[in-house]
Amino acid sequence: MTVTTTGDLPDEVYDVAIIGAGVVGTAIARELARYRLRIALVEASDDVGNGTSKANTAILHTGFDATPGTLEARLVREGYQRLTAYAAETGIPLEPLGALLVAWDGEQLAALPSLAEKAVRNGYHETAVLGTEAVYAREPHLGPGALGALEVPGESVICPWTTTLAYATQAVRAGVALHLNCPAGAITTGVDHHEIATPRGVLRTRHLVNAAGLYSDEINRRLGHEEFTVTPRRGQLIVFDKFARGLVDHILLPVPTALGKGVLVAPTVYGNVLLGPTAEDLDDKTATGSSAGGLASLREKGARILPELLEEEVTAVYAGLRAATEHGDFQIRADPGRRYVAVGGIRSTGLTASMAIAAHVAQLLVDCGLDPGPEREIESVRMPTIGEAFPRPYQRADLIAADPAYGTVVCHCERVTRGEIRDALTATVPPASLDGLRRRTRALAGRCQGFFCGAAVRAQFEAATAAQDRTEARR
Amino acid sequence: MTPTDRTHRTVDVLVVGAGPAGLAVAARLAAAGVDRVEVLDREQRAGGIPRHCDHTGFGLRDLRRVMTGPDYARHHIAAAIRAGAVLRTGVTATGWAAPRTVDVTGPTGLERITATAVVLATGARERPRSARLVPGTRPAGVFTTGQLQQAVHVHHQSVGRRAVIVGAERVSYSAVATLRRAGAEVAAMVTDQPRHQTHPARHLGTRLRHGVPLVTGATVAELTGRVRLESVRLRHRDGRTAAIGCDTVVFTGDWIPDHELARSAGIALDPGTRGPATDAEFRTGEPGVFAVGNLLHPVETADIAALDGRFAAAPVLRHLTGVPWTPGPLPVRVEAPLLWISPNRLTPDGPRPPHGRFTLRTERFLTRPVLTVSQDGRTLHRGRLPHTAAPNRPFHLPADWIAGADAHGGPVRITAD
Repeated sequence: MTVTTTGDLPDEVYDVAIIGAGVVGTAIARELARYRLRIALVEASDDVGNGTSKANTAILHTGFDATPGTLEARLVREGYQRLTAYAAETGIPLEPLGALLVAWDGEQLAALPSLAEKAVRNGYHETAVLGTEAVYAREPHLGPGALGALEVPGESVICPWTTTLAYATQAVRAGVALHLNCPAGAITTGVDHHEIATPRGVLRTRHLVNAAGLYSDEINRRLGHEEFTVTPRRGQLIVFDKFARGLVDHILLPVPTALGKGVLVAPTVYGNVLLGPTAEDLDDKTATGSSAGGLASLREKGARILPELLEEEVTAVYAGLRAATEHGDFQIRADPGRRYVAVGGIRSTGLTASMAIAAHVAQLLVDCGLDPGPEREIESVRMPTIGEAFPRPYQRADLIAADPAYGTVVCHCERVTRGEIRDALTATVPPASLDGLRRRTRALAGRCQGFFCGAAVRAQFEAATAAQDRTEARR
Repeated sequence: MTPTDRTHRTVDVLVVGAGPAGLAVAARLAAAGVDRVEVLDREQRAGGIPRHCDHTGFGLRDLRRVMTGPDYARHHIAAAIRAGAVLRTGVTATGWAAPRTVDVTGPTGLERITATAVVLATGARERPRSARLVPGTRPAGVFTTGQLQQAVHVHHQSVGRRAVIVGAERVSYSAVATLRRAGAEVAAMVTDQPRHQTHPARHLGTRLRHGVPLVTGATVAELTGRVRLESVRLRHRDGRTAAIGCDTVVFTGDWIPDHELARSAGIALDPGTRGPATDAEFRTGEPGVFAVGNLLHPVETADIAALDGRFAAAPVLRHLTGVPWTPGPLPVRVEAPLLWISPNRLTPDGPRPPHGRFTLRTERFLTRPVLTVSQDGRTLHRGRLPHTAAPNRPFHLPADWIAGADAHGGPVRITAD
């Protein structure tokens, strides 16, 4: 098992290198790990899933509203099936709540039948148009004025962090080398391999996959391609307290209109309620801050959809950037001459589509001359239970009896135990920061945001990190 | 063992929270001869917030002497144990299985504890940056006072070098002291009010000794910085903005009760305090469930919380003797600029609140305001406060008018002008 965060890269020529360890890059690494290949997954930041993958709406889409016939429509549909099965196998938190596209005016109401038809063209046959009464019967706390809704039973909420981490964990255990803190610089393409300059030395690889998310256009240009430009589209979101969870039981999607996609209200798998996102086209790929205007506009829209939501406490505010391009579809392109596949323009549906994208990319690599050899069985993984749909460790007498650390609650708001934090700190892909620990365990993610547990969680994190440093120093 | 096996037990009184209020009520009840008084705390050590308030000033009102927070915590722990209460730490109340029946998790496993009386003493916490909807990036270096104090005084962790403190009330000055102890410079204190809200001597001392400037009439408009905080941008009342370079910001005050256990029992909350609505005898709307301390009045000093515990012992004892549960029928409500009142339910012919007075908060300075108490348009009391009411500080309303309220009438309203 190889995860490196510092030092020189190993002096070898990989069969495939993947730039970018987001949900797409890790999914590709996991897919390719099923073959006897030497694979490197390189990531600029200190953790997997640290860009768009960590800050999104966390929804598993059926693909009912995709543009029929696009690559995105196909990969979302396939990805939905694959990830649903994978989540059940690995313990990725997932709740099939179903969605309601609520119509608030005549134009939106009129759009519902055509959305139902579009769903059919996307191979999704389960939608139903609901009248006002049926809508309020399902969601009694909805604001006044809902005229009807399209019900999409398959839409689900999922944990984006565990998804990326499960892919990465399984890939690393199957032999993929994960190199963190390793931003890709200049790329030289030779006759039989690429040389990628990084601050940690040269990375050599025969085949190259660009899954660099917001930066995929820049990597693409280094390979001589100009097909797309990424324009970061910011989405700000507000996470409400767990006490808001009783107010809503479906994903409340806006009806897409000429004015854009709009704002949703959705439960999270951790038992909170999410309001967002905004959609702001920016030119700064690091502008992940929230703004007063953005938050005010979300609250205004949320007040109409679910008025009581605004009475609840806010637990967190975050903003993510989606990799929008000038094209309407995913930009997945192979260049067999250069043994190169670009995976660009993966927007908010990338989480859903990730496993299907990975399978598609694997096929494109074969088209680029990669001989994967025979497929093999790889060890399955089981992820920690951080969703609320199944008993968490603090609720499990059997776990606590075996190890009292699972009965010692450290983070009180999220009821994260000392044992879970310890496990995360010694996992295959350990966190490099308290933020990374939060995404793996929920510690520090609750309503007090560290008032009670911040110092204690930090102490446990720093003790484990210091112990690891000592071990590495001895080597 | 199946995944959900629980040990069932019964006690006379279960106190949730081993801070000053919980320890004080437990000590009194145990001393009064109640057999099984059990106090749970989810922290590894009992004592509550004073544990990590490493400064003096604790104990004046309840113990008639002054000591540091940790000493004060130790005093109350010792008193409760001496009286015969059972203290259990590292044990978390996770929910309710039935009325007066609490499910708990601890290192020894899962339990279900049924009590004749449950006393909630779960305290309060400061609202974090997110709940205050402060925009910007999400860098490291953002604290509440509670987190800062634990980091510095309990875990001896490093904090930043240069800090901005948001708030200028009592706890904000504690944050200054903690930062100074940790070797950090305090670049500024910021308040949206026209002046600070602590004792003039405390403010002056901080200003003279540490040279901390106080920025008034300003709010935090944005935090900047990628990995670590780089600056706090302020918006002044006139609309202009200015940035203060710093690597640490402490959000102080803006308290909210830790009301999760109360709320998950379906206990009605007071809209002002956000804690359980309670009467002068600390009774909530749920039979057998009392609430004391800063869960009721976010936030009062530790000694006031402890006095709550002392006062609550008598009504808890009455409940144990089988007196019917009839919490105060009349809600007491405040109108803006008043924020809350405690207690907030009353019985006209019942006992007065502790010290014969209610405690209130205002959202802005009120110079010698006239407080009016009315019910259904009828004035029950009208009186001028002899001093200025300041935000984030308690002021009081005498309770001698309650006998004139109509138990069958509408809510009692308190206004200030």
